[in-house]
Amino acid sequence: MRRIFAILLLIIVALGISLSLVKIPFGAPKTKVGRYYIEEGVEETGAANIVTSVVVSYRGFDTLGEVTVLFIAAIGLGAVLTAGVKEETRKTEPASLVLYTGCRLLFPLILIFGTYIFIHGHLTPGGGFQGGAIIASGFLLIYLGCRERRLSRIASNLAESLGGLTFVVIGLLGLVFGSYFLLNFLPKGTANALFSAGVIPIIYIAIGFKVGSELAGIIDNLIEES
Amino acid sequence: MSFLDSYIYYIGAFGLILTGLYIILVKHNLIKVIIGLGILDTGVNLFLISIGYITKGTAPIFSRPEIDSEHMVDPVPQALVLTAIVIGVAVLALALSLAIRLYQHYETLNLRKIKEQKW
Repeated sequence: MRRIFAILLLIIVALGISLSLVKIPFGAPKTKVGRYYIEEGVEETGAANIVTSVVVSYRGFDTLGEVTVLFIAAIGLGAVLTAGVKEETRKTEPASLVLYTGCRLLFPLILIFGTYIFIHGHLTPGGGFQGGAIIASGFLLIYLGCRERRLSRIASNLAESLGGLTFVVIGLLGLVFGSYFLLNFLPKGTANALFSAGVIPIIYIAIGFKVGSELAGIIDNLIEES
Repeated sequence: MSFLDSYIYYIGAFGLILTGLYIILVKHNLIKVIIGLGILDTGVNLFLISIGYITKGTAPIFSRPEIDSEHMVDPVPQALVLTAIVIGVAVLALALSLAIRLYQHYETLNLRKIKEQKW
């Protein structure tokens, strides 16, 4: 009964979607906004990567909201998992020498790669969110490979708070130096240089720290529970 | 053939979305419901990306100054999906943590046996 009802509902949804989608051609240019960003983006923001200039500059306020959603999800997970749990010391089997050495060798390399991704966010594909996810994957490797090494809670909270604070403070500095929140008040430089695009790399580095420490904290909470 | 060529990405994306929706509606195991949520999330991301695609498009990055801006894909959906993926991971982790707590409280993940979760 329930299954039939679900299938009926899905058929109705699929019909509605396909009726509306037939009128949207695949592969045709659709919005004037995207065209404007591509044509004027390098001139206006100085970032060679247009996606980055959309994320951090044109829709920076939106990104601040999304970072807040991520923060609330991480806080909620921490609150749900750690509320009223007694501290128990569990025995963990030490990892074998090969695994342990491999982890310790790979971990700094993964950190360097993640840092590279978010420092070059305005030049190459990548940015704060991707670099942060890569850094968190490095912490996941540490947790799976050599479990006696733990993430320092204070350092992770510090990185997270400083990242968020930098984002907001730079946005407010835009109000101080100019007219609106998240104004690009630093010199833009030449496109495709590492020191270009004004505040965009700074904000993306802050986002990288924030996302990396938040995802690492989520992994830490979940592993502690399992 | 040309129909498939022009709509295959939409079909794939909405196939994923409808599959996820079906799993959420029908399955009784909470973990499976969360997996359905993940599949639905992937489908929505794929749909947004394929909406922004332009035929023979390249990434919207001016890595060389002489690069042609005519065939660059729409950067706005890419920027949206970029953040949506990371948030999807965090929301999935939050759902899993709630599932852990639910299991510790009721000692089952079957939604039929949890009275308040029945529909």
